[in-house]
Amino acid sequence: MFGILTWDAIPFDQPIPLVAAALVMVVMAGIAVTVILRGWWPYLWREWITSVDHKRIGVMYGVLAFVMLIRGFIDALMMRSQLALAADGAPGYLPPEHYNQIFSAHGTIMIFFVAMPFMIGLMNFAVPLQLGIRDVAFPTLNSVSFWLSAAGALLLNVSLVVGEFAKTGWLAYPPLSELSFSPGVGVDYYLWSLQIAGVGSLLTGINFTTTILKLRAPGMGYARMPIFCWTALASNLLIVAAFPILTATYAMLLLDRYLGFHFFTNEAGGNAMMYVNLIWAWGHPEVYILILPAFGIFSEVIATFSGKPLFGYRSMIAATLSICMLSFVVWLHHFFTMGAGADVNAFFGIMTMIIAVPTGVKVFNWIFTLFGGRVRFTSPMLWALGFICTFVIGGMTGVLMAIPPADFVLHNSLFLVAHFHNVIIGGVLFGAFAGYTYWFPKAFGFTLDERLGKASFWCWLVGFYLAFMPLYLLGLMGATRRLQHYDVPGWQPLMIAAFAGALVILAGIGFTGAQLVVSIRTRERRRDRTGDPWHGRTLEWSTASPPPAWNYAVLPNVTQADAYWGMKRAGLTANNAAQDDWQAIALPRRTSVGVVLAFFATVMGFALVWHIWWLAVAGVIGLAATGVAHAWRTEHEEEIAADVIAESERARRRAAT
Amino acid sequence: MSLVDALTEPTERSRDDTPISERGPAPVHIVVAFGFWLFLLSDIVLFSALFAAYAVLSGQTAGGPIGPQLFDRTNVLIETGCLLLSSFTCGLCTLSIEARNRLATYISAAVTFALGVAFLAFELTEFGRMVAQGAGPTRSAFLSAFFTLVGTHGLHVAFGLGWLIVMMAQVATLGFRPMVVRRLLCFCLFWHALDIVWIGVFTIVYLGAH
Repeated sequence: MFGILTWDAIPFDQPIPLVAAALVMVVMAGIAVTVILRGWWPYLWREWITSVDHKRIGVMYGVLAFVMLIRGFIDALMMRSQLALAADGAPGYLPPEHYNQIFSAHGTIMIFFVAMPFMIGLMNFAVPLQLGIRDVAFPTLNSVSFWLSAAGALLLNVSLVVGEFAKTGWLAYPPLSELSFSPGVGVDYYLWSLQIAGVGSLLTGINFTTTILKLRAPGMGYARMPIFCWTALASNLLIVAAFPILTATYAMLLLDRYLGFHFFTNEAGGNAMMYVNLIWAWGHPEVYILILPAFGIFSEVIATFSGKPLFGYRSMIAATLSICMLSFVVWLHHFFTMGAGADVNAFFGIMTMIIAVPTGVKVFNWIFTLFGGRVRFTSPMLWALGFICTFVIGGMTGVLMAIPPADFVLHNSLFLVAHFHNVIIGGVLFGAFAGYTYWFPKAFGFTLDERLGKASFWCWLVGFYLAFMPLYLLGLMGATRRLQHYDVPGWQPLMIAAFAGALVILAGIGFTGAQLVVSIRTRERRRDRTGDPWHGRTLEWSTASPPPAWNYAVLPNVTQADAYWGMKRAGLTANNAAQDDWQAIALPRRTSVGVVLAFFATVMGFALVWHIWWLAVAGVIGLAATGVAHAWRTEHEEEIAADVIAESERARRRAAT
Repeated sequence: MSLVDALTEPTERSRDDTPISERGPAPVHIVVAFGFWLFLLSDIVLFSALFAAYAVLSGQTAGGPIGPQLFDRTNVLIETGCLLLSSFTCGLCTLSIEARNRLATYISAAVTFALGVAFLAFELTEFGRMVAQGAGPTRSAFLSAFFTLVGTHGLHVAFGLGWLIVMMAQVATLGFRPMVVRRLLCFCLFWHALDIVWIGVFTIVYLGAH
């Protein structure tokens, strides 16, 4: 009846996950009770859960990313504290099999459920506004994408309480991840949650590529598109080209585990290194899927707060697209030690060094944008400046490891761990925070507290250096990654320093939380009534904060790059043409299809993990039935009457003057 | 207005010399078709990963049977004929939709459906025969890759058949409204794309067996 699921699956003997899970469930139950008692449920259902508005979906992606950031960061704190203790024969407090789950969950969560939703959320919010349009190409599909990502995150977190998570690292290399070496359900949780979330990401890629290439305001040719839209386009092209490889690879591993196939097994001719090749053929483009939108955010932030157009706009586009192409020919540098031979390693080593060139072009463009500008040191700008310094260091250690002989020494050491945290925290995460503080006033209509925002930035910056510079040294001293304990007493001081760094970052996260609470409480005096709190350059600042559901009462007419800057200089406000001649606007109707599909996908995933076949079949039937039923919906749009729009525009003008 | 005209119909602004990239948001049928093409490309990437796995593993027979001992090329040729013919009848279906001719649409769709079922019947018979001979997917890495590549294509065909039934039900209940016509067009694209993938399977797996 319940497959292989029994009461043994609940870890009653392990206090840490049990207490953590109990705490999470108490918090969730508390939120649910509050929502129901206060009567917020209908609002939540109508305005958020079933919303197809790209701005709302973007915010929900952001919430998902923040919640998962806390989960992933708790894993990081546990790892760092374990290693600060477990020196010279001391066992620490985490048993090895639990420790292995923690580092696997940390990596999986941080990449798939923090970095991805954060970037996709920012693209969701900002791209249609920057393009001067009313929504993405496929609004319903957008909601489906979000809810599938959330379903994947939910399934992964269920593994905390019911069963176990993978102990195989964040990419689950075979043969360790094969059934013979990982007989538990951990790898199955990993695979099914990422398959479900991966479909969501692929649909996002299709949706945003179509949106950017086919739906732009009149006059917005390619050479007038904001740079964030360009980087989002490159990122989504990579999603379309790379995520199917991930789906196929995980499908092969699933067939090995469930039906006894021999893709990656040690027996019957299977080839484990084929998995490593395939997964990195997705994995290296994935790195750029995350970092390219961050580059776009920094470009917008630096141009805005330098009060200058972006230096080398066209070279920035060329660099972005070069990276987009080159990202597919460097995958082998993740495993030079495979033994492909000197020629192959030399090719991939040289390609890896070449990909640093367009990245260098970007760094110089940012510096020249700052040069001679009237620089305002707001918190988004601090994140951008911190990024430039930090990312250059991370990039250089990357080029260092692109030399195959050097990589043979540094492979799988803490030097590597320090390198990729250097680029992911210093690049993607700083970019996400820059974007969050930059667009927050646009999304909610009031600014964030600057003092606490800057405190958060400085904690993250100092904490990052304190936590990861020691790891570079430890790597050079021979410490490998994924160690649960170590015998060299000399490593302990550096391990303790790294733990202290993690605590400083914890303070940074605390300041971000405090910033949000304080800003919400004092929102009345932080209201942004102009819609343009930063003196911005691109179209999103030309509409109200928060923008109305229809974004623009009249689609803006674009005549140059930095369209809004040009309008302001020409003395035009956004919509001062046709003052009282407002037209009705058709908007996509809300739908519950996304959340219902996600429900059935979660049921299906859980049933497959635990071999509850009847429930898995029920889940698949539920998915198909939901899709078919949705196909008979004939009213896709609802009309916003002209006088509603007129009233909204008049109210906005009253507020601004 | 015919379907082809609808796809190439100039928008209001295009009659002046505004570059196409500056004409504002594209009409919905263009957007839908473009998005579906992107989906098809991503699907082809998925198949290329499976093709790559097959290429790597095709020699890894682990002492088990090799391709030429298992494949009946005559059957596969007939099977291929069924699929290619179904693509032709699917094209006829597109023309019937363009003419808004319900009867012709139903007939051509029914023939397409029958040919798709025949294709699947051939494939399943082949699979069943191989498994009965002890040459199932668990026998060797080569057979794992074979069953996965060919089976994934077969699953796509089966999904397409289900989609076709739903589309005919949509034509019957909703008629040729723009939404339905757009979806029919997407279905036809999907069906033709499966043909392209099958050409690869036929060439690399069956003709290339050694």
